[in-house]
Amino acid sequence: MTELWERTAADLASLVASKQVSAAEVAESCIARTNEVEGDVLSYLTLTPEAARAKAAGVDAAVAAGEPLGPLAGVPMALKDIICTEGIRSTAASKILDTYIPPYSATVAQRLYDAGGVLLGKTNLDEFAMGSSTENSAYQVTRNPWDLSKVPGGSSGGSAAAVAAGQAPFSIGTDTGGSIRQPAALCGVVGLKPTYGLVPRYGLIAFASSLDQAGPITRDVRDAALVLGAIAGLDPKDSTSLPGPVPDYMGALDKGVEGLKIGVVKEISGEGVNPAVQTRFREAVQILEKLGAQVGEVSLPTFGYGIDIYYLIAPAEASSNLARFDGVRYGLRIDGADVENMNRNSRAAGFGPEVKRRIMLGTYSLSSGYYDAYYLKAQKARTLIARDFARAYEQFDLLVSPSAPTTAFGIGEITDPLTMYLSDICTVPSSLAGAAAISVPAGLSADDGLPVGIQFMAKPLDETTMLSAAYAFEQELGLLPKPPLWSPS
Amino acid sequence: MNPTEAPDLVTTIGLEVHVELKTNTKMFCGCPVGFGGEPNSRVCPVCLGHPGTLPTMNEKAVEYTTKIAMALGCDIAPRSVFHRKNYFYPDMPKNYQISQYDLPVGERGSLEVEVDGEFYTVGITRAHLEEDTGKSLHIGGGGRIHDADYSLEDFNRAGTPLVEIVSEPDITSPAVARAYATELRSILEYLGVSDVRMEEGSMRVDANISVAPPGERGKKVEVKNMNSLRSVFRALEYEEKRQREVLRSGGSVTQSTRHWDEKAGRTQELRTKEEAFDYRYFPEPDLVPLEPAVEWLRQLREEQPELPIERAKRYQRDLGLSSYDAGVLRSTKALGDLFEQALAAAKKADAKQVSNWVTNDLMSLLAAVPEGTKNPPLTGSNLAELVDMVAGGDLSKSQAQQVLQKTLETGRRPREIADESGIKQVSDEGALEAAIDAVLAANPDVAERLRSGDNKPFGFLMGEVMKATKGQGNPKVVSGLIRKKIS
Amino acid sequence: MGIGRQQVEHVAKLARLALTEEELNLFEGQLSAILEHAATVTKLDTEGVEPTSHSMPLMNVLRPDVVIPPIGSAAALANAPAEEDGHFRVPRILDDES
Repeated sequence: MTELWERTAADLASLVASKQVSAAEVAESCIARTNEVEGDVLSYLTLTPEAARAKAAGVDAAVAAGEPLGPLAGVPMALKDIICTEGIRSTAASKILDTYIPPYSATVAQRLYDAGGVLLGKTNLDEFAMGSSTENSAYQVTRNPWDLSKVPGGSSGGSAAAVAAGQAPFSIGTDTGGSIRQPAALCGVVGLKPTYGLVPRYGLIAFASSLDQAGPITRDVRDAALVLGAIAGLDPKDSTSLPGPVPDYMGALDKGVEGLKIGVVKEISGEGVNPAVQTRFREAVQILEKLGAQVGEVSLPTFGYGIDIYYLIAPAEASSNLARFDGVRYGLRIDGADVENMNRNSRAAGFGPEVKRRIMLGTYSLSSGYYDAYYLKAQKARTLIARDFARAYEQFDLLVSPSAPTTAFGIGEITDPLTMYLSDICTVPSSLAGAAAISVPAGLSADDGLPVGIQFMAKPLDETTMLSAAYAFEQELGLLPKPPLWSPS
Repeated sequence: MNPTEAPDLVTTIGLEVHVELKTNTKMFCGCPVGFGGEPNSRVCPVCLGHPGTLPTMNEKAVEYTTKIAMALGCDIAPRSVFHRKNYFYPDMPKNYQISQYDLPVGERGSLEVEVDGEFYTVGITRAHLEEDTGKSLHIGGGGRIHDADYSLEDFNRAGTPLVEIVSEPDITSPAVARAYATELRSILEYLGVSDVRMEEGSMRVDANISVAPPGERGKKVEVKNMNSLRSVFRALEYEEKRQREVLRSGGSVTQSTRHWDEKAGRTQELRTKEEAFDYRYFPEPDLVPLEPAVEWLRQLREEQPELPIERAKRYQRDLGLSSYDAGVLRSTKALGDLFEQALAAAKKADAKQVSNWVTNDLMSLLAAVPEGTKNPPLTGSNLAELVDMVAGGDLSKSQAQQVLQKTLETGRRPREIADESGIKQVSDEGALEAAIDAVLAANPDVAERLRSGDNKPFGFLMGEVMKATKGQGNPKVVSGLIRKKIS
Repeated sequence: MGIGRQQVEHVAKLARLALTEEELNLFEGQLSAILEHAATVTKLDTEGVEPTSHSMPLMNVLRPDVVIPPIGSAAALANAPAEEDGHFRVPRILDDES
């Protein structure tokens, strides 16, 4: 018999709405499952079972009273701990926010609460979302449910692992240069980074403001569409949030890929990508062709500059965004003889090595005498990337590439920061262009049996085309087998 | 300082003025703007710089800044952008200030000021919009920053919209600097965009001043903490003199920042080594650019009030008022508006008469009313009624002063007050003659002395008649009648 | 485009990070390596190219000047590491930048 925790978000929502199960039963199933595997996976930084039970009881009361229900009524969820939740500790996996309890909730969190979502807890990440393995968390290293000796990817590693391990039917991650898509690929789940501005940023602890986007991590494409519909749309609290009606993502799923023009990005389908990953990717492209897509190769000459541009822009913005952590109004304070020393000591003790490294890098690239050569140059180069994408979209409806150059790597295996940065090579360019992208499981690597993902990249605000292609692909390939951890222990 | 004393030295002054805008809410959040109150009571996650929060632009603040830039004759930027100015300070919640850098709202304006009948044009480099900081309270060591034991932070002010107006270094004397600051304050008051209260910090003036031989560049000294227009003048006068003395005695001025000590009447060095501040400006990614629509700008231009200096010129040119009177009438928008409303409503009095009542009697009464000249408790029609009553002989000047005071206190119409309290001027010769006859009859010796040519007791007789008429006799008529009687 | 030790120290001061000798040494090498890699960007011809600071072309996003009730001083101070009389308390301030 299928346990409730194994069901998708869409299934659970309809089971609850049709009174086949209670939200309380669903919550208990997920809480029990979470407790069962949490010791192995270490997805969560904070668990909120009491709040979950209270919320589920509220949903059940609404069901009983025949009140209108939100699209996620009674569906358990996990939020990346970089998303502020009122009254619930929000750490960004940093010691500097160890005791921080936000006085407000992020718009994304509030929209999910309003949709009836039941918060199970806050998931682990690389500190301030800086990393690609979740090893940079100040608290714990989350393990990949497919192989506990491997990383889950990052920075939304806890969110991806929780969904892959059956702890939550869906979670919310954030993506700055690949932090939803890369861990989704490494954990064998679906991860969607919306068009920049589609999902409000208010309440996401900022890493790189011009790139950060929150998005769903789910077990299938349908759930990604469902959750995206609940969190997308204009927010007056975010000036960069885009106006306009939210499309019916669920309704667009069945459109298929027939006749769609799909471009394979030349720059990232060969060199730099693990051969076993390439094999699965090529098979995935064949499936798309078989489904009736017109596939061709497309060259984006600046694609290869993505990582370099990204590591000039993102740390610069981060160095400014993270200046507020100074020990004055909230967070860790280590005293000093004067306020400057208090700031220096608090930040030295509160930030981990990767965060310090990026603050240093970003401060340097903004500093007097270097701004033009680094930050400004990178912003101009970013325009070139966006132009490459725009040109590619003149010929193609969607672009595809592998989601990550490798499958999940070993915990502790990569120590050189530059090598680690290169694991975002597939995902960073579309982030710089602001475009939507989704990673969908494309099978398991023949080398190590670990998941491989295919990335679909859409024109800005064309999530519907992207979702319909991803859905058609998923239907044809079938869902991945479940990770070993899935079977009852 | 007499500039002829050292004709070989030229003074160069540039002013940087910060003005808090009188909006309902802060620049980037919905917290109310205010002064005083319980610490940290007008704050929210945004203006406390909590993680995850984002700024949202106050449209009123953008409008006000644009109006200021227009009034200063600036070019309005077709595209204006906010930048982050990065530096650590405990009263700055995000440790960056959202400000403007190379694309401010307005650039390249000018301001005309008058000093002793001479006109000077001061260039305006830029007018830009930013957010204010919180306030630090220094505890221990007499409350001064340098010897305090620790400090307390209040973020009520943090995020208040602030416009920075930077002048070109066109100002050649402390008097022109004061006139510039005064004129600027007046313009801002006319626009209704700020309280412009220097003592409360809603207008803050910093200066750069250097003294050097003509054609040479002097070392810039920044002067801070000038909390009134008077102290702008005094501080710059002190600093100009100090620098001249240093140079004349063969020394050299040190580039530095100095603090004006109002009580001691001198500037004190704060720091000399201008640490190269590296603010790492970059475009604020949480905000989008401003691109004002042509139609919106046109509408703002239409709404612009007449500027104070134009008003003063018009009063002199069209109404024949003196430069002094025009200067008083334009000193606040409300005063000039009151004058114009009264003049429009007056049936008998002319511009000079209405002006005299405003610049003399009303001004002295308003001195006792807080913010009296900014918000005079008097309508134009009431003032017109009063001035007309004097012009028509219904009230004497001193009676009218009494009535004006009551009108200010109660807001009631002058005629009502006069009627109710029986204040009126009697000019009817018949009624007055009876009173004069009675007084003369009661003082036959006095009448005799006057007839014999001794004029001394005339005042006494006038007094007695006025007493008998309960002060209502028209003094001119009474005096004429007495003369007639005794001749 | 290497970065020298002095610059690393200067940047750490700007960023208010108290770094150990070990960290300074480490960052000197790592930042140089990262910047060297990033230097490929300088090869791109960006003559006449406008910088992108926003990937979506929005402008004039403004908020009406309407008060939203503040959260109150108790909530404001709830996370304060040190408070006194309704204020956030901080150690003495040496420089007066503002």
